[in-house]
Amino acid sequence: MSAVIDTHDHEHDHHHGPAKGFSRWLFTTNHKDIGTMYLIFSFTMFLLGGAMAMVIRSELFQPGLQIVEPEFFNQMTTMHGLIMVFGAVMPAFVGLANWMIPLMIGAPDMALPRMNNWSFWILPAAFAMLVSTLFMSGGAPNFGWTFYAPLSTTYGPPSTTFFIFAVHMMGISSIMGAINVIATILNLRAPGMTFMKMPLFVWTWLITAFLLIAVMPVLAGVVTMMLMDIHFGTSFFNAGGGGDPVLFQHVFWFFGHPEVYIMILPAFGAVSEIIPAFSRKRLFGYASMVYAVGAIALLSFVVWAHHMFTVGMPVAGQLFFMYCTMLIAVPTGVKVFNWVATMFRGALSFEAPMLFAVAFVILFTIGGFSGLMLAIAPADFQYHDTYFVVAHFHYVLVPGAIFGIFASAYYWLPKWTGHMYDETLGKTHFWMSFIGMNLAFFPMHFLGLAGMPRRIPDYALQFADFNMISSIGAFMFGATQLLFVYIVIKCVRGGEKAAAKPWDGAEGLEWTIPSPAPYHTFATPPEVK
Amino acid sequence: MRTKAMRVGLFTAALSLSQSALADWTVNMAPGVTNVSRDIYGLHMTILWICVAIGVVVFGVMFWSILAHRKSKGYKPANFHEHTWVEITWTIIPFAILVAMAIPATATLLDMYDTGEAEIDVKVTGYQWKWKYDYINEEFGYFSNLSTPKDEIYNRLEKNENYLLEVDNPLVLPVGKKVRFLMTANDVIHSWWVPALGVKKDAIPGFINETWAKIEEPGIYRGQCTELCGKDHGFMPVVVKAVPQEEYDAWVQEQIAMAEKERELASKDWSLDELMERGEQVYNTACAACHQADGSGTPPAFPALAGSPIVTEEINAHLDVVVNGVSGTAMQAFGQQLSEVDLAAVITYERNAWGNDTGDMVTPKEVLDYKNAQ
Ligand code: HEM
Ligand SMILES: [Cu+2]
Repeated sequence: MSAVIDTHDHEHDHHHGPAKGFSRWLFTTNHKDIGTMYLIFSFTMFLLGGAMAMVIRSELFQPGLQIVEPEFFNQMTTMHGLIMVFGAVMPAFVGLANWMIPLMIGAPDMALPRMNNWSFWILPAAFAMLVSTLFMSGGAPNFGWTFYAPLSTTYGPPSTTFFIFAVHMMGISSIMGAINVIATILNLRAPGMTFMKMPLFVWTWLITAFLLIAVMPVLAGVVTMMLMDIHFGTSFFNAGGGGDPVLFQHVFWFFGHPEVYIMILPAFGAVSEIIPAFSRKRLFGYASMVYAVGAIALLSFVVWAHHMFTVGMPVAGQLFFMYCTMLIAVPTGVKVFNWVATMFRGALSFEAPMLFAVAFVILFTIGGFSGLMLAIAPADFQYHDTYFVVAHFHYVLVPGAIFGIFASAYYWLPKWTGHMYDETLGKTHFWMSFIGMNLAFFPMHFLGLAGMPRRIPDYALQFADFNMISSIGAFMFGATQLLFVYIVIKCVRGGEKAAAKPWDGAEGLEWTIPSPAPYHTFATPPEVK
Repeated sequence: MRTKAMRVGLFTAALSLSQSALADWTVNMAPGVTNVSRDIYGLHMTILWICVAIGVVVFGVMFWSILAHRKSKGYKPANFHEHTWVEITWTIIPFAILVAMAIPATATLLDMYDTGEAEIDVKVTGYQWKWKYDYINEEFGYFSNLSTPKDEIYNRLEKNENYLLEVDNPLVLPVGKKVRFLMTANDVIHSWWVPALGVKKDAIPGFINETWAKIEEPGIYRGQCTELCGKDHGFMPVVVKAVPQEEYDAWVQEQIAMAEKERELASKDWSLDELMERGEQVYNTACAACHQADGSGTPPAFPALAGSPIVTEEINAHLDVVVNGVSGTAMQAFGQQLSEVDLAAVITYERNAWGNDTGDMVTPKEVLDYKNAQ
């Protein structure tokens, strides 16, 4: 019955316990260690990217230039976006995948442990290089996280080359991570765990991994074309040499749109675990959830140009991308309805994971609504590149991706650390984040509709009031995240002992092993009925 | 009687107060002053209300569960977990709503793309960081620069009402005429946006994009560049002044006469002082954004001009940089942007300002000769 290897019997055996000191982390091939490193790394990046957001919001607190010059402001928005997307959200999901996928499918580890070590350790190097551009002459990349050519090629700062190399490294890391996830899920499922019995978190990650493999090479391609334009005399994106600046946008968004689903699908999966657990009721419509994720992933390949409605595409293209984008609302709606139906007539309780998960459903849906509005091409001409868009994508990223990650962290912390976190502090963290986040981002809808463009360091006077509110909310949200650091440290250090299954409504193999999860688990596969 | 007057006074005061307060708390898009902008506004409101309605239903059910179906109240969970027809219904209903929404959206889009039969063509060119408007049929054109003083931006002066949304030369258009805009850019991608006209279109180097507007009411309409285009992206507003036809015609005549005068200026004899005076103006609008008013630049991206060898040594090298730009950097080719007079003036100014004191003078004729020799 017990699929657990008791590490105490094997202390003499080097292979069965963690090594000591730094080499444990440097050379580890253990999915739990690697998952932990991913999570710590991504949270560090979240704080760094968050600090840059605080710089942005401080400058925007009042009209006029007070704190930074426009050049530096542009570097801040660019680095904030890049760090949040590639440094905070994506690695956090890979960390969760590393920790949880083997535990959820009853596998002893990831399928390719040595590569797993590599895909993690490439990341700190890539980000060290990216962040070092801030100290280079000419400054860091300043062309937005979308780095449109020719602003990023002919007109880019010298550090662009380092940015390109950093993106290449991140891409390699992501692809290796994705291959590992796929290999693990396809090969290492416990006997009896058919595809349609897999937990949704595993399903969503499987689909996400395919998206990653499909689009990260496209990103690598587009930055390589930039590299060629900058250093090797080509003119892919340089109109002066016969190239096409709009080509850049097509290639970038062919990567970029699936990328935004990469940042949300694993959160869908996690929330689909958490809501049933705290509703004490099975997930409503498991099969339709799986099909909906698949449909979203497929559609995400044919909607990229909805980011480009104003570039002057032929009207037929415009219509095609508008219709396909509107279509994505259908499977997304199905998911939301299923979550609500899961809660309906359940026996709900609201511990921190559930609070974050419910807020996820509500606020992600609001982000989905503004997304639907943006899909209406004629209306998008007014919304595009304004704060309405900033509001939209922060509603899907902050209470979407980030709240999904927090929900997962609270849900599985007892399993990781063997202790319960401090529930009161967890709830405080939630409510402060919730209020701060809405204060920061809701007024941005109004700003955008009133006509404030995005990526500007200074603005006309009629935008002053909402900007001030937004900044206050952002400071509140930012400061609150330090509380999370404290909660986690406190939980690692001690606290009420966690049972193997600390949540009475939770289901899944991860709850059949003790808390904290031993260093090695499922050396003999469990039987799934 | 007096109390009544006072009441009326108070009432109007309160009204105007609340109005000015409202102006600062705008929460919605404005309908604008063209057919297209009003259609867009209609679509925006329709889809907004659809979203609100769906939100009320979905969140309503959710909050009901949150309030009523709590474990702490002893509620026992049901155990249904699928229901085929419910699932089919909530797939089909949203689909139907979307189809209903797509129809008017398609109609508006087709209308926006119909640039045929325009009565006036204006070419709009984006530069880092200003707009140029060319009246193609009338053969004149001019630049439109931000006119907000640096002192307001750096909080040394009280900000005026149109802070950051004001320019030296607005785009002047007649009301009631279909105007076609031909958009392009000289350096990076910009995007020309005037919310009240419902027009936003990217200005892309190497491309010419088309869009149009037929303004119905005279007035001043303000917008901004909406594509990140470098350092001063936030400082390149668009101002459109819509006037009645007669006023527009008179203005066009004036512009044509001025263009003629400008050409005459080139053959006039210029003194050093005259050139310096004009040069300072040109410098402040065209160059100071990067090289700073005191010539100190912001190295390394934007080099200092005070004491720079290019500016103090060989005149031809100086002409080359200003006329042809420096490729691969933000230094543009000003040869086509500025008249010979302005080029001569600004070069003379740079060679003598901020302690450069070379005493050199460059005349419009020398600039013309230099250009012709290329
Ligand atoms: C403390 C929370 C945050 C605050 C206050 C914040 C604030 C901002 C602001 C004001 C901008 C707009 C800058 C501009 O366009 O001028 C921005 C851009 C952006 N943010 Fe955030 N943000 C936060 C968290 C996040 C998170 C968690 C993510 C991603 C997961 C994220 C992703 C982005 C991206 C991709 C951009 C676009 C960058 C660009 O324009 O190139 N942000 N953020
Ligand atoms: Cu611009």
